[in-house]
Amino acid sequence: MRMNAAIRVQNLTKKFGSFVAVDDISFDAAEGKITALLGPSGSGKSTVLRMIAGLETPTNGRIWIEDDETTFKSVQERRVGFVFQHYALFRHMTVAQNVAFGLAVRKQSKADQAGRVDELLDLVQLSPFADRFPDQLSGGQRQRVALARALAPRPQVLLLDEPFGALDARVRQDLRHWLDGLHRELGVTSLFVTHDQDEALELAHEVVVMHEGRIEQMGSPTQIYNEPQTAFVAGFIGSPNVLQGRVAAGHVLVGAHRLPGADHMEEGAAARAFVRPHDVRLAEPDPEAAAAVEARVDRVSTLGWLSRVMLRLDDGQTIVAEIPSDELIDLTEGTTVAVDLRRAKAFEAEPVGAPAE
Amino acid sequence: MSVVLGPPRLVDVTPGGEEMRRRGRRRALVRGAIVAVCLLYLTVVLLGPLVGIFLSAFREGLPKIGETLTSPDVRHAFFLTFEIAIVTLLVTTTFGAVTAWVLVRHRFVGRRILNALVELPLAMSPVTVGLACVLLFGRGGWFEPWFTARGIQVIFALPSMILVTIFICIPFVIRSVAPVLEELGTEEEDAARTLGASTLQTLFRVILPNIRWGLFYGIALTTARSIGEIGAVLIVSGMLKGQTETATIYVLTAFEERMDAEGYIVALTLAAISIVMLLVIEISKRRKIKEVMG
Amino acid sequence: MASAVRTVQQRRVFRAPTVTRLRHWSLRGAAITYLVAMIVVPVAAIVTKGFAGGLDTFREAMASPGAWEAISLTLVASALAAIINAIFGTMLAYILVRYRFRGRGLLSAIVDLPFAIPTLVTGVMLVAIYGPNTPIGKAFGTVGIPLMFSQIAVLLALCVVTLPFVVRTVQPVLLELDTAEEEAAQVLGASAWKTFRAVVMPAIRPAIAAGALLAFARGLGEFGSIVFVSGNIEGRTKTAPYFIFQLTNQFKPDQAAAVATLLFAISFVLVLVTSRLVRTERKEAKS
Repeated sequence: MRMNAAIRVQNLTKKFGSFVAVDDISFDAAEGKITALLGPSGSGKSTVLRMIAGLETPTNGRIWIEDDETTFKSVQERRVGFVFQHYALFRHMTVAQNVAFGLAVRKQSKADQAGRVDELLDLVQLSPFADRFPDQLSGGQRQRVALARALAPRPQVLLLDEPFGALDARVRQDLRHWLDGLHRELGVTSLFVTHDQDEALELAHEVVVMHEGRIEQMGSPTQIYNEPQTAFVAGFIGSPNVLQGRVAAGHVLVGAHRLPGADHMEEGAAARAFVRPHDVRLAEPDPEAAAAVEARVDRVSTLGWLSRVMLRLDDGQTIVAEIPSDELIDLTEGTTVAVDLRRAKAFEAEPVGAPAE
Repeated sequence: MSVVLGPPRLVDVTPGGEEMRRRGRRRALVRGAIVAVCLLYLTVVLLGPLVGIFLSAFREGLPKIGETLTSPDVRHAFFLTFEIAIVTLLVTTTFGAVTAWVLVRHRFVGRRILNALVELPLAMSPVTVGLACVLLFGRGGWFEPWFTARGIQVIFALPSMILVTIFICIPFVIRSVAPVLEELGTEEEDAARTLGASTLQTLFRVILPNIRWGLFYGIALTTARSIGEIGAVLIVSGMLKGQTETATIYVLTAFEERMDAEGYIVALTLAAISIVMLLVIEISKRRKIKEVMG
Repeated sequence: MASAVRTVQQRRVFRAPTVTRLRHWSLRGAAITYLVAMIVVPVAAIVTKGFAGGLDTFREAMASPGAWEAISLTLVASALAAIINAIFGTMLAYILVRYRFRGRGLLSAIVDLPFAIPTLVTGVMLVAIYGPNTPIGKAFGTVGIPLMFSQIAVLLALCVVTLPFVVRTVQPVLLELDTAEEEAAQVLGASAWKTFRAVVMPAIRPAIAAGALLAFARGLGEFGSIVFVSGNIEGRTKTAPYFIFQLTNQFKPDQAAAVATLLFAISFVLVLVTSRLVRTERKEAKS
């Protein structure tokens, strides 16, 4: 048994009737690190988190927290901290009473409770609000109280279910940085669920990408971003362009373009090539160049320092390129440019009849 | 009989975990105990008595039942009850719907007071209602001279019985239609008007279909209540046998005159009618809730 | 030419509001007339007659035999029934909302039964099963507890008649409760009972109170069932509504009105207070 896995999950499965929400999931969350469960809605990530907390019972599989098997422990016994998407603060209690709840339940002395509450409210910078009620606080403040409440009883691990999902974009950003700082200070093993890839890639040390109840890929944010191992991950992370083509001699043929990276694929098979907008390199059309592949500029949109160029390839497919605005050479609609798609990743084509992603 | 106890969330069986099964069993026991206590209470106050009246009505057998239900007194009593119920329904439904509309859609001075007025009949004992009618139409009453001068008998006759029943039933339609109207908002009505619908068209094509279930719920409650009224009609009826005896008054006098069997039989019939009304109430209540939730 | 166009426009602008305003006021008039004629007039009759003789009429009424006992029996029995139904009603609401079992819809309908059944029939039903000639009634009789034609009968009848009130006020509140708060309490270590006390109870307490107050107000005025099961024994099982009934039949309408006004005033205040309570609860829950 590896010693630095704070949370271990093995063959975890959850069925609701005949619907399989979580299908044979196994992973570790490292001690003292932040792990993210990233995926679209319906991928089963929240269910996994709730099973670890004990709020759902697994259909199959086992769970360990700090080397203790907790698969059959009651929610109350697991000593995990849980932060809900919609805060779930006790609306009839003050902020201080909310934070003290986990301690009051464990029958700690009033003095101990008060001390710990002060400590935590200080940590989340909400000390002046101790006697306010949740409905008097903003969303961001409520979530900070929820965190304080979860951390008060010194849990072994901290579980967060889309913690910033209910907040405005700006507040979300602020809280994200703040949580990062908090984690550096406390070092509590944290596992959080999100559908926001920016959040996952920025905050987590390890990302577990989930889709339809299964794990697509696990790895560091860099690995997930730069080395997607499945078509889903390639398509989900980084909002790439998707081009349809055919495999020929280890390349994907997209019109006149030959994109590398199809060595692992069958000759002649239908394939998808994923290219991130900022990986599309543009240059003056050079008739001398060996792979002089051209595309026509359909539209240029300037969004401040970033510009988006919509290009049309010779077989009619369109891609979007993102380049810094000051690199916009003579790019106007109708001009032809040379396009470098070397950084594409190739995967199998979608099965026929599959719903669009 | 298999009764599955559990929270609305689906709970699946987990392999292994003795402790967990034990905990689950304890929880199921607690749940079972709570349900059992509730069922026991309901048996004592409702289910047992229902069985009791059923048995008592059938004690002298089916022929007695047929005899009672076809006797002229009983037939007239039911006829009177339904007469009163129908008039009450017509008045409280039309005026109630209009009042609900005015209370929800209009803003004017005194609206709050009108709202409070609607609650008033609910706070009044039926005997007080009967007394009020006597005070208004009985000898020396406020309105008595006017009616006596025209030879119209109000008290100890049908009109007063209808009036008290209307009073008692006023809140039902209003209170069931108003919240539906409130939740519905004016958007659909506005849309209809921009599409060229006249007021009447908007009423029949948009508004009435939307408040359908709220209306039915109020109507069902009104019907059940007017059929079951006793206190007020007893006072204003004068209990003239065969003339101003409603079904409920018949039951009362039957027992007073030691005609227990007839009393139980008519009482059971009334119970049966109200159970049918209950079905209508339950169905329309559920649909009404959906109406309100939009 | 320009002025002609303008007058046509002016005329158009004038017509619409008048017609609409007429419609508004005729609707309003209908509603106001309905409520005033049907509600205000009768209530005015009671109240004016009740206050006409001043306190003297009231004192005269209360000098009748069994008067004070009637009032106190009504108050105490209604309060007891309200409390009993507050307990059982909350339990019923809880299992109807949170538990899943076959026959849940049927149970919900049964709870609503007292609203549909004539009160007199309720009384008949109770006597049919607990009367002195029934096995149950006889069994209790031998132990010296008369089930029917006693104060117990009054309490029992009130329990039946006011059963649905608390269930109906608590149920919607429970339905709207977000279980996330309860899950949070459990994760923090609270047992099922502690979770109920700390999270669910504070939320439903106002609803329970509102339901209990409505049940109490309803019980104060109950007549149909009690007139049948209580025996109306002076000083023992006679209730305030029966007392008013008696006074009316004895052609003492002024005394009857005095007592009726008192009873009505209490009920009306209660109904208004709980209406306000229920409405503010709804608004809070929505936010």
